[in-house]
Amino acid sequence: MTEVTRRKLRVATTSLAGCFGCHMSLLDIDERLFALLERVEFDRSPLTDIKHCGPCDLGIVEGGICNAENVHVLREFRANCKILVAMGACAVTGGLPAQRNHLDLGQCLQEVYLTDPSVGQGLIPNDPELPLPLDKVHPLHEVVKVDYFIPGCPPPGDAIWKFLTDLIEGRTPKLGHGLIHYD
Amino acid sequence: MSTLPLETAAHPGQLRRVVIEPLSRVEGHGKVTLLMDEDDHVQQARLHIVEFRAFEKFIQGRPYWEVPVMVQRLCGICPVSHHLAACKALDQVVGATTLTPTAEKIRRLMHYGQILQSHALHFFHLSSPDLLFGFGSDVARRNIVGVAAAHPEVARQGVLLRKYGQEVIRHTAGKRIHGTGSVPGGVNKSLTAAERDELQKDIYQMIAWSRDAVRLVRQLFEQDLETYRCFGSFEARTLSLVRADGAMDLYHGGLRARHADGRTIFDHVEYGHYWEQISEEVKAWSYMKFPYLRALGHEDGWYRVGPLTRVTRCDFIPTPLADRERREFMAFDDGRAARSTLGFHWARMIEMLHAAEAIKDLLHDADLLGSDLMASGPRQARGVGVIEAPRGTLIHHYRVDENDQVARANLIVSTTHNNHAMNVAIREVARKYLDGRKLTEGLLNHIEVAVRAFDPCLSCATHAIGKMPLEVQLVDAEGAVVDSLVRGSA
Repeated sequence: MTEVTRRKLRVATTSLAGCFGCHMSLLDIDERLFALLERVEFDRSPLTDIKHCGPCDLGIVEGGICNAENVHVLREFRANCKILVAMGACAVTGGLPAQRNHLDLGQCLQEVYLTDPSVGQGLIPNDPELPLPLDKVHPLHEVVKVDYFIPGCPPPGDAIWKFLTDLIEGRTPKLGHGLIHYD
Repeated sequence: MSTLPLETAAHPGQLRRVVIEPLSRVEGHGKVTLLMDEDDHVQQARLHIVEFRAFEKFIQGRPYWEVPVMVQRLCGICPVSHHLAACKALDQVVGATTLTPTAEKIRRLMHYGQILQSHALHFFHLSSPDLLFGFGSDVARRNIVGVAAAHPEVARQGVLLRKYGQEVIRHTAGKRIHGTGSVPGGVNKSLTAAERDELQKDIYQMIAWSRDAVRLVRQLFEQDLETYRCFGSFEARTLSLVRADGAMDLYHGGLRARHADGRTIFDHVEYGHYWEQISEEVKAWSYMKFPYLRALGHEDGWYRVGPLTRVTRCDFIPTPLADRERREFMAFDDGRAARSTLGFHWARMIEMLHAAEAIKDLLHDADLLGSDLMASGPRQARGVGVIEAPRGTLIHHYRVDENDQVARANLIVSTTHNNHAMNVAIREVARKYLDGRKLTEGLLNHIEVAVRAFDPCLSCATHAIGKMPLEVQLVDAEGAVVDSLVRGSA
């Protein structure tokens, strides 16, 4: 108890194939953010300039997996984080981006970059700097082991707060009525 | 092959690659690559948008009334923009050429709530660490946690400004993020007196804090005028919506484009035929397209959108405190701040103040409590909706078939308009601050400071889809193949 609670929990967060709405919901804890900062410190996160995840107690991942870069980042998180959380609909199920799974990539590509009437001069982006897209969008658990799933698009700030405070206090995280919803 | 300076190196294979990846304290996925020669001179600098999501394609075939709640999932920071731009387009499809006063005012309230929260988030949570601590300051504290420790009152006001904007959205849209309040033809909810009273309670504090934020940026300029005046700055054409009388109007207006020196390219253009003014170019190294003004062609027709454009290109801001700040901004340093890339921050805070004032005015308007929420009229096959999102002009365009299904969609988002301008900004910074020097983390952050000035929303910009030039297999934790990429499926 004392050992765990004295040390700050080190937390990494990232957004993969998501919209940042879950990170915004994390900020929707509002002024409780300052209380949280008494108990956690951030590693890699869109809120810091740490570019790679180091050893962490907790990794929170928003968004599904849509390209090779997402896979690398997710594996880096899994390798470094004792606890890995899939936060929000896209991480849990693939979410709205997975609506593209029934489409043929090649055909979409042609329509967007070659035949779309708003494009002046057609060309398909193919530079090696662009990560390879996957055929389908995948939820996190199809690629790595996931310890907790928080549903919602996005999960409400109160749910994220309850989850984090449970973990910080050494309790098994449990979201009660009203904190679990899927919209 | 482009001839633009530093866009494409002559012999990339012989150069050393430096990458800033991922861009941090911005929304979405992007990276910057630099190619350096053996004397540490920058030969190429590019901002790449590296994700793709195909929103325009997968909404095809969906019933049109699903669209406003689907497309807002492009972006969790400015979902209201997409929600409202889609509704504005689909208003035309359902024949609602004029909304009821209650519907239009509820939507405006929602939109100004979003401008307030998004601008607060960008300035306080994302950009203020660079501005308060220095562009090359210690990476360990260059974040909102560091700001909370060193400037607790600034951090607290930022958090509470954002909270207030989110509460305005919750009361008008039903949820803080990805709400459902606006529908084609109107809104599905007005405010109760209790909700209005709750929002009225804190609005004067928000106006006061927004003014403080404008003054904070002014102080930052005054403290280091030489840097702020020049950093990443360049001459650019501009595009924005303005009201018929030339006022700033973030919800509705006509298109205004100007040259860098202020001469008009076009003005008060009805946006229903935006494609006659704007076209898009594709470059091999980014999934984000490069829009340009047709009249000037793809080499010269690029332009800049967003707060800096809106504040400097409107004739006036229709709320008094923000307009006074606009005039001071325009006059400051002989007008140089209004042309500088870091002037984006100043302009953004002026808009935040305007949003707070506009919210105050709306909260004293009895129409907010009305019950006449929906309008309709003769059905149309096509609709275009344009709005000034926090980051700039946002265009949604839909065609809906006789079965109520979306037949075609085209979206040009704010950050896409700024694609070329952001690339120019990073090349300016690379040339001035990085060229010929040994690159350190702090120097590389200068590139990101230039990108952040635009407040890019890279998720928004990734609604298109990309190419798969190689074959790769994705395996799960047990080593089983989950997915594979097929060579040449394009």
